Amino acid sequence: MDFILAGFVEAIRLLFGGDGQTWSAVAATLKASTGSMATSLVLGIPLGFVLGYFDFPAKRQARLLVDTALALPTVFIGLVVYAFISNRGPLGEMGLLFTLPGIAIGQTILALPIVIALSATAVESMDRHLRTLLISLGAGRRQLLLSSLWEVRYGLLAAGLAAYGRVMTEVGISMMVGGNIKWHTRTITTAIALETGKGMFATGIALGLVLIGIAFAVNVCLSFLRKK
Amino acid sequence: MKNATKILARTCLIGALTLLMALSAIAADKVLMMATTTSTDNTGLLDYLAPHFTKATGIELKWTSVGTGKALKLGENCDVDVLLVHAPPTEKKYVEKGFGVDRREIMYNDFVIIGVADDPAGIRGKTVVDALDAIRTKNAVFASRGDNSGTNKKEISLWKAAGGDVPEKEAWYVQTGQGMLATINIAAERKGYTMTDRGTYIKYADTLKGNPPLKVLVEGDKILLNQYSVMAVNPKRCTSAKYDLATAFSDWLAGAQAQGLIRDFKLLGKPLFVPNAK
Repeated sequence: MDFILAGFVEAIRLLFGGDGQTWSAVAATLKASTGSMATSLVLGIPLGFVLGYFDFPAKRQARLLVDTALALPTVFIGLVVYAFISNRGPLGEMGLLFTLPGIAIGQTILALPIVIALSATAVESMDRHLRTLLISLGAGRRQLLLSSLWEVRYGLLAAGLAAYGRVMTEVGISMMVGGNIKWHTRTITTAIALETGKGMFATGIALGLVLIGIAFAVNVCLSFLRKK
Repeated sequence: MKNATKILARTCLIGALTLLMALSAIAADKVLMMATTTSTDNTGLLDYLAPHFTKATGIELKWTSVGTGKALKLGENCDVDVLLVHAPPTEKKYVEKGFGVDRREIMYNDFVIIGVADDPAGIRGKTVVDALDAIRTKNAVFASRGDNSGTNKKEISLWKAAGGDVPEKEAWYVQTGQGMLATINIAAERKGYTMTDRGTYIKYADTLKGNPPLKVLVEGDKILLNQYSVMAVNPKRCTSAKYDLATAFSDWLAGAQAQGLIRDFKLLGKPLFVPNAK
């Protein structure tokens, strides 16, 4: 039990004592998750919008596929991405294995279904009369799309946050694709796995608290965008 | 419908651009990528050696520490340049298959069987064969790595030496599938036995301030020798492998400076590895 308390003390020391390894892991986590979140939001919101707004053939099947992808296990994504970017894989030439962009690719695959599914749901639950109203007010197609997106902004924010939580906390992809290389691809979660494996439970707990701290900071920043 | 396809196309374009931007990774030229076992990393040996290596040769050493099984697989897939592993029979087959070249013995330590001090199966001071036999007969809890690592391979060979089948589904035989220190911790929680390399055990004892619940009960048996070797990934198979850097690392490890550093690497006043490069 005492290592939980020791973990709290250690967390303060790691963060404010300027511990290079911790900050390197924080930076790696932020870089990989920013890359994957940017990509999955840019791709996912429009795709989710299409899925929720328009009627097209095979829409139900597409939705089923996206919902199933919500259950993709991270170690499995890690393994598949590894198979593709390994030097013997089809994308081996790009040198992505054991790099942060490699991790970001895996995390994008993890986050994309969440962003698509949740933004589609947000769009679906939007008031259907809005469309008629906007058209009657003489809105063009472009305005129609933009005001619809604006209308569901809180739903999109929630989609982004849910995906971000998953990306920040995954360990399977970072471990398999990143290789947990010190100073390079060691993220907070792989560092926790390593420290736990080494029996350094207090350090593991400290790093976990650091991760929660970052998540808290991100949520504070985004809370200004929320519905009052 | 038309709208949908248009948005889809645009989205894919923007997404691809974003991804490309995120992918602009910087590739340093003198970086050596190594796959190694958990024991060399968990004990802190590599953290201790790497800066000296970089200083002596100007090469940055990056490593990923996994079980020997996975390390060898990473080499086979040309994902690393050099390997530092400890499963001699498997390594020799690996070289025969043409996956690795220039295998060179670097250092050794020994395996020990550890367990709780009151020793329910009464194995203290016995030979390995007798000790494992006693554990099996008494159905005492034994934690195994169960991960195809060098240590796991060694342990399986010892069970074979002790006669009878290698335990698998028995309730007392706990296959953790985790690293060495995690496995030791599980053995301690279950008040059982496990086999570990001495280096990791000393590190474990050091973490617990020299008073660990698990003690060394069986040691010094000849079959417990644990040999570590370095090996370059075959440059003929893997054209992208940095064979010259791997050779530089191998030469440095076998040289007087590194061998001296390994000899001086101690925890609790005890050496963790004994250098033996020829």
